[in-house]
This record gives sequence, structure tokens and C-alpha cells, in this order.
Amino acid sequence: MTSSVEVVDSGGGSAVPPPGAEPLASPGPKRGRRSSWVYVARRVRFYLVATWVAITLNFFIPRLMPGDPAGAIIENLRRTQTVSAEQVRAIQRLFGGSDDPLWRQYFGYLNQLAHGDFGISTAFYPTPVSEVIGSGIWWTLGLVGTTTILAFLLGTGLGILAGRRPGRGFDAIAAPLSTFIGALPFFAVAQLLQLFLAGKLGWFPDIHGYDVDNLVPAFDLYFVPSVIHHALLPAFTIIAGSIGGWLLGMRNMMITTISEDYVLLAEAKGLSPRRVMTQYAARNAILPSVTGLAVSLGFVVGGSLLAEVVFAYPGVGYLFYQSVTSVDYQLMQALFLIISLSVLAANFIADSVYGLIDPRAREDV
Amino acid sequence: MNEVLLEVDGLHVGYETEDRPVNAVVDASFTLRRGEILGVAGESGSGKSTLINAITRLQRPPAVTTAGTALFHAQDGSKVDLLRADRDQLAKIRWEEVSIVFQSAMNALNPVLRLGAQFVDALQAHRRLSDADAEARAAELVRMVGIPADRLRAFPHELSGGMRQRATIALALACDPELVVMDEPTTAVDVVMQRQILRQVQRLQRELGFAIVFITHDLSLLIEIADRIAVMYAGRIVELGPARQLYDDPLHPYAAGLRDSFPPLHGPIRVLRGIPGSPPDLRDPPPGCAFHPRCSKRFARCDTELPELLRPVDGRQVACHLHDAAVLGERPVEGEKVG
Amino acid sequence: MNRLRLPDSTKVRVGLMIFGFFVLVALVGPTLVTHVFGLSATELDVEHLREAPSSAHWLGTDKNGRDLLARLVVGTRTSLQIGLFAGLIATGLATLLGIAGAYIGGRTDAFLTAFTNIFLVIPGLPLLIIVGSYVKGRGGWWVTALIIGLTSWAGGARQKRAQALSLRNRDFVTATEMLGESRRRVIVFELVPHLAPLIAASLLFSVVGAIFAEAGLAFIGAGNPSIISWGMLINEAGPNALFNGEWWTFVPPAACIALLGTAAGLINFGIDEISNPRLRMVARKASTRLTAVTGAKR
Repeated sequence: MTSSVEVVDSGGGSAVPPPGAEPLASPGPKRGRRSSWVYVARRVRFYLVATWVAITLNFFIPRLMPGDPAGAIIENLRRTQTVSAEQVRAIQRLFGGSDDPLWRQYFGYLNQLAHGDFGISTAFYPTPVSEVIGSGIWWTLGLVGTTTILAFLLGTGLGILAGRRPGRGFDAIAAPLSTFIGALPFFAVAQLLQLFLAGKLGWFPDIHGYDVDNLVPAFDLYFVPSVIHHALLPAFTIIAGSIGGWLLGMRNMMITTISEDYVLLAEAKGLSPRRVMTQYAARNAILPSVTGLAVSLGFVVGGSLLAEVVFAYPGVGYLFYQSVTSVDYQLMQALFLIISLSVLAANFIADSVYGLIDPRAREDV
Repeated sequence: MNEVLLEVDGLHVGYETEDRPVNAVVDASFTLRRGEILGVAGESGSGKSTLINAITRLQRPPAVTTAGTALFHAQDGSKVDLLRADRDQLAKIRWEEVSIVFQSAMNALNPVLRLGAQFVDALQAHRRLSDADAEARAAELVRMVGIPADRLRAFPHELSGGMRQRATIALALACDPELVVMDEPTTAVDVVMQRQILRQVQRLQRELGFAIVFITHDLSLLIEIADRIAVMYAGRIVELGPARQLYDDPLHPYAAGLRDSFPPLHGPIRVLRGIPGSPPDLRDPPPGCAFHPRCSKRFARCDTELPELLRPVDGRQVACHLHDAAVLGERPVEGEKVG
Repeated sequence: MNRLRLPDSTKVRVGLMIFGFFVLVALVGPTLVTHVFGLSATELDVEHLREAPSSAHWLGTDKNGRDLLARLVVGTRTSLQIGLFAGLIATGLATLLGIAGAYIGGRTDAFLTAFTNIFLVIPGLPLLIIVGSYVKGRGGWWVTALIIGLTSWAGGARQKRAQALSLRNRDFVTATEMLGESRRRVIVFELVPHLAPLIAASLLFSVVGAIFAEAGLAFIGAGNPSIISWGMLINEAGPNALFNGEWWTFVPPAACIALLGTAAGLINFGIDEISNPRLRMVARKASTRLTAVTGAKR
């Protein structure tokens, strides 16, 4: 959630392969295009297995709950609202309430997934879950996707600047500030920005993804600027909340790398300071940040979900919030699956990029 | 051969630590002539690497050069104090005049750049060469050390240890430098490869005529290639003299100990003896001669009085009370100043 | 053996002092507020709903008129309990899986590594929210702690495997094996003690991570409504407490979390500096000292 805690993993280790890689004792002096394919194939295999685990976990979690959760939940719901027979069936099915053997339930579940059938949402009854998610996913992909990439690029770039002259100039401000901001939970950053930038200064709208009172979604001159205007504050929150972790990680790696022999040698070769810093120091220092992306991405995405709640932003984070408060398990499970699969996909991309920028990774399989 | 290339005088390097300053190199002075091979020997922590990092200006904090000069006589006849050269002066000297070979070639080569690119950027930083010309020159250089030119397309981790080390030597020669500093260039490879690399260095040095400062902890290795040897202990040069004489008849007990710690590459096998004890803690060096706690020949004076590096006698210098004129009585103290 | 001696770093010391402060509050705070100040964390007071801080209620009251200072202090204890329990579970699992994999090697290691990596790439908070909303309202703080512990061990396992792997081939381990010691003995008596400082540090970060996780879980509404914790205080304040002007319901628990996060950040920073001396460079004494002593005598 916050970056200060997870830096522990991504910071120090320089030679840690990405989570998908199965490290082997020593890479032989073999090369070639073939190993790149082996690398990609291994990555694909790992992420296929991870996807399967996420899907299966999603199936078993409700069934592993002790007692009679379905009964308890229906009971609970009846206290606050009228529960339709459809809802009762949906909840019972979720907890394996049918008489079918487990394996048949499992294949039934897989079959439904394959058809994009996640059941009916009880919170948005009678809208199918797939439609509810379809309405939210693009907001989140647009917001979280863009801001995560931006935060990574900005944080890494500023980390290079800070690491070049540790303890002086920019670093003297950036390092302690990042430590502090990184320690703030996302929802706190979101609320602070909401109070000051939207409330006190009125620069940005305080909630929603667009001007819901006056506009209907359309790709036009009124809607698009409104979307951008509404996205700025959540975007700023996510960037502010996650940039510090990238900055500190990169700064520390930069300081470590600057003393490596190959950087000294580059300097001794009389290369321009610019080339020494980019091609020799930063080019290597960035590798652990890319590896650490896998670990950090989960935190950043989790944090972004919380930011959406504060801004009532119509993405999957806010849907998650709504599904939790209205106890809509169908929707909740589907959201978990969609978020997991998106994070897995992002990790797969990060891993592939790692394979491109570190020639050793291709050997390490 | 007698033309002076580098005069180092009174070099002090310290480490700025939080509690108390550490003297990593104290009052180091020596002279290097064109085409000469000077060996610098000492255990780890003796200050030998710190010394060359200061001279090559590759020092990183917390190391700080606090005093001294290192006059480099450039090819165009100008003299530059390496320790005070500004960025422009350094840019001119680096690789054109002074290049360096590091101990571990694995770490000395950028792991994410192809070998060829690491030659080309060095060449293009100093010579106006097209990509094709730079690549041709790189191919010529690696062939000089017996690496097929097609390996320039490889990444460092795809090369064997010996090949990497030879590649960094070839890289050091890219711009025909006057001085190549070699920091334990053979410790990371096996004995056979070590031998081969030494031969290659000697051959290249004879052909191209550059001077070498060769750093190692292995005195027996220096005797194979060095013209003169400096032995360092606890940050000080304790003995300096012609290689053969220093090896056959070391004046300083530490130099003798160091010699007896390694088997010679050639010649009869001797009984190996280590030096008892361990190098001093530089944060808290012993009083007097830093070597006295480990010295078998020490006497009262050694505990309290620091022996100075004596003026050269027959081209040899030593910092030991055993050879102090005051102790030995009359010994001729003359000859030209070597360092 | 003074391996667990506290590191000599100001950052680490300040961080640990903040930690110590919260531990102290958790230990004696609840007794203090109830018996000395006579405040109650649960007593409703319909006369004083949503009141800003005053001399009677130093941190104000919530929507049910309960005293927020008392709730914050009790919440400190609960949050720390959750953190400690979850941290112990996560660190325990991480140590077990990481070290066992590294030490046993072969297929077991390959399997454990894959297992760990998969849990590393599946996002933790959504998983936690799902499980959290299923168990919502059951048990006490320890259920929350349990599910946090069970979903947050992967990063630590990976780290410990790497550390154990580097120890695995050290001489003293080989020597113990040669003496015919059993695998389990080698792990328990040789590997674990050598990894002790690392395990201690990672427990600390797990504790803070778990407290953050509880806050996130509660914020989104999947926390345990029957406990009083920092997370639940934030949950009760609502997602827009600051904007709505009820800052006193949100700021104290959020500040506690942020302070603890800062402490962890400081300790992390300090440990990095200790384990990697290059980060500890004294910048103000730059290496340009030389020009000042030009002409120094040899």
C-alpha cells in the first residue's frame, strides 16, 4: 500500500531475477536468439500458472470459509433489504451450495469464466457483473495505468538526479521528503489533496469521474475535458503516493552503482559525464527497479483503489468499495479476478522489458 | 628510458569517517620513467589501490586526497599535476595518456553493453572516428590479445574470465597511452591464464613502450615483469628498489615476509612462510613502525619511533630502523634522489 | 555474540524510539485513559455527537458521541496487536519457506520458489479484501491478523531464500553437515541464527506492513466492525472526513499510521546505510579538499 515498507525488498538486491525467473547456478557462455525465446517461453509459462492459481484461488476462497457463510450472509442481507430468490441462489452457488461434486462445480466455474459470465450483481441488481465491471475497468486502466507509468518514470528520473550527488543539492530535500511522503497511506494523501486542492482552492472537482450532473458520456468537446479535469486530482494522488518509493530505490541503486568498477572505468576512459551517468550508471541502476516492479505494482494498485474511493472515481476501486459495503460477493470476486489478471499482465510486460534491457536475464532461465 | 613520466611526491590520502580520520596512504613518493614497469606490492588494506585511485582521480568518497603532487609529463612536453587537474585537463589525459585495468574484469565491463560498444565509445571520445573505423580499430585491438573480432558482438557475461581480462587490457591500449595502471589484473583468473596474461602484457609493453604501474599482493609475480618494486604496508611505502635485488635480498622484514608467502613462478621451490598476525587497523595504527607487532627483528626503537623512508642507497630505499644509518653506524648515504 | 546489537545510526534510533513510544501507549495507554482520565472508548453520548476537540474531549467525539482519545489509545493497542501477530505469521512463514527452499534445493526449492513468486505477483490488497469481507464480523482482532499474515509473506520469503542461499555454501554450514548433523538441526541451529538480524528487521517491517494493510482493509469497509483499531477509526470517519470538515475523526489515526510508516522508512534507510556503506557518504566533505592545502609539505 505504501512504498516505504516494500522498499526493503526492491532496494538492496542487485542480482535478483524477476519473480518469474527460476535462477540457475551460473549462466554458461552461450548466447543467441534461441535463449531469448526460451526466456519468453518461461515467462509465459510462469504467468499462465499464476493466472491459473488466481482463478482457482477465486473458486476456493468462498468454499474454504468455515461454517455456513452463505446462510449467514443471506441472514445478514435480509436484515437490511429484501433478498430475491435469484440473490439467494447466487450466494449459495458462490459458496458451493449445490450438490454437485467439487470438480464438477470447478469445471462449471471455469466454463462460466470462459463465457465471461460472472453472475448477476446484487448491488446493481439486475445488471450482470460483467457489465458492471465493463463500466469501471476503463476508468481504472486509464487512470492507474497512466499514473503508474508516469510515477515510475518520474520517480526513477528524479532518483537518478538525487543519486548523482547524494546528500547535496536536490538529494538533500528529495530523500527525506520521499521517506516521509512514502510513509503516508494513499487514502491520507488523497484526502489531504481533496481538502486543499478541491476544497480550499477549488482548482479541481472533489469527486466523480466527470460532471455527472450536466453531462452524459460521449466522445465530445464537453465530456472529454471534464474527464481529464476530474482525473487530475486522483492522478496526482497516485503519483504523489508512489513516486517516493521509486525515487528512493533508484537513488540508492545509483549511489551503489556509481562506485562500480565499470563506472570508474567509463570515467577513466574520459567519456563525457553525461554518457557515464546514463549509459553506464543509470542503465544498470535501473535494473532492480524494473525487477522490483512486480512487488511494488501490487502495492501501487492496491493504493490506487483506495484513492478511487476517496474521489468516488467510477473505476474498479470504487466498485470494490461499493461491492464490499453492499456485500455483493459476485461482484467482489469478479473484481478480484480482473484486478489480479491485470496486475499479472502488467508484470508480464515488465518482465519482458527486463529481458530486453538486461542481456543476462535471457541467460538466467 | 630515463625520461621521467610521473613524479609522485608526498601523497596523502585519508578516509573521512564519522569517528576519526583514517590515513590510508601516508607520504607516498616515487618516480616513474617512460616505459618502466613499477610494481606495487602489499596486502589488502595496505593502501595500494587507494594510491592509484588518487593518482587516476577515480577516488570516491569517503576517500580524500589531502596533500601531495603527482606531476605527469605529457607527450607534448607539458607537465600536469594529476591531483589538481581540472575537468578539461583530465579529459585530455584520460585514456590518451593514462589508462587503467581493473582487478575484476567482470565488474570492469558494463554488463549491459556489448564489448564492441565499450571500445567504440572510448575511441570516439578521443579520436574523430566513424563508427566503422572505430569498430575496425576495436577488432584490431582485441586481436592483439588473441580474441577473435566477432566476440566484440558479445556481452561481457558471454565471455570467459580470461577473455574478459584480456579484453580490458586491449581496451586500456585503445588510445596508445603512455601509462597503464593495472590493479591486480590477474587475481581473478587461474594460474595458467595468469601466466598467459603476464606474457601478453610484457609483449605488448615491449612493442608499444608504455609504462606500467602494476599492483598486486603477489611479490613473486612482480619479479617476472617489474623493473622496480615498491612494497607498501599500512599506507606507507616501506621499501622501493630494483625488482631483482628487492626480491633476492629484501631489506625490510615485511618485504621478506611477503616474498616468502608466495611460491615463485620460476626457480626452486622454497619453504613458504606466512607473516604472523594480521595487517593493522588503520583507524588505530600501532605507534612507531606499523609493522613492529608482526616483525621478528624488532627492537625497542621500533615500538615508539616511526622509521622514515631513507634516501636511496644504490637505487634502493627502505623505511626500517635496521637499516638506519644511525643504528648501523657508517653507511654511505648518497646517490641521486629517486623518489 | 552481539549480532543483535542495535545498529549505530541516528535514523535507526529515531525510528525505534517512535516504535517504542507506540508500544508504550499500547501497553499502558488503555489503563491510563480509563482509570486516570475516566474516559471510555465505547460509551455512547447522544448529547455530544461529532464534537470538535475540547477540554472535555481532547480529540473530540465521533458520530456516536464516543471519546476519540480513548478510542485512539485503545486502537493503538489493537493495531499493534494485529501488526505483531500478523507480522509473526508472515515472517514465520517467510522464514520457513525461504530457508527450507534454499537449503533443501532441487525440486522442493523450485516448487517453493514458484509458489512464492506466484503469491508475490497476485496483488495483496484485493485478495485481502475478498477474504476480509467473507470473515467480516467473525472473531476478534486475531482473525484480521491471521488473514493479513497469511496473505503477506511472499516478499519476505523471497528475500530470505536469497540470503539463505548465500549462507548455504559457507564453510561453517558445510562443516556442520560433514559432522553428520541432521538437516533440521543445520537449519535451526546454523542458518536461522545467522539470519537473525535480517529476520528481526523483516519482522519489524512486516508489523508495519500489517498495520497499513489493516488500515486499507478497514478503509474500504472490509475490516472487522467489532474491534477498535486505527483502521476502523479511519473507516468510521468515512472516506471524505477531511473534506467534510470532521478532521479530528481522521487526522489522529492517520497521523499515527503515517508516523509509524515514517519510523519504518527511517529504520529502512538506516539499515541500508549500515549494510551498504556507499550510501553513507559524508557529502559536505567533498574530495576537493586538496586545493586548500596546495604546497603542503611532504
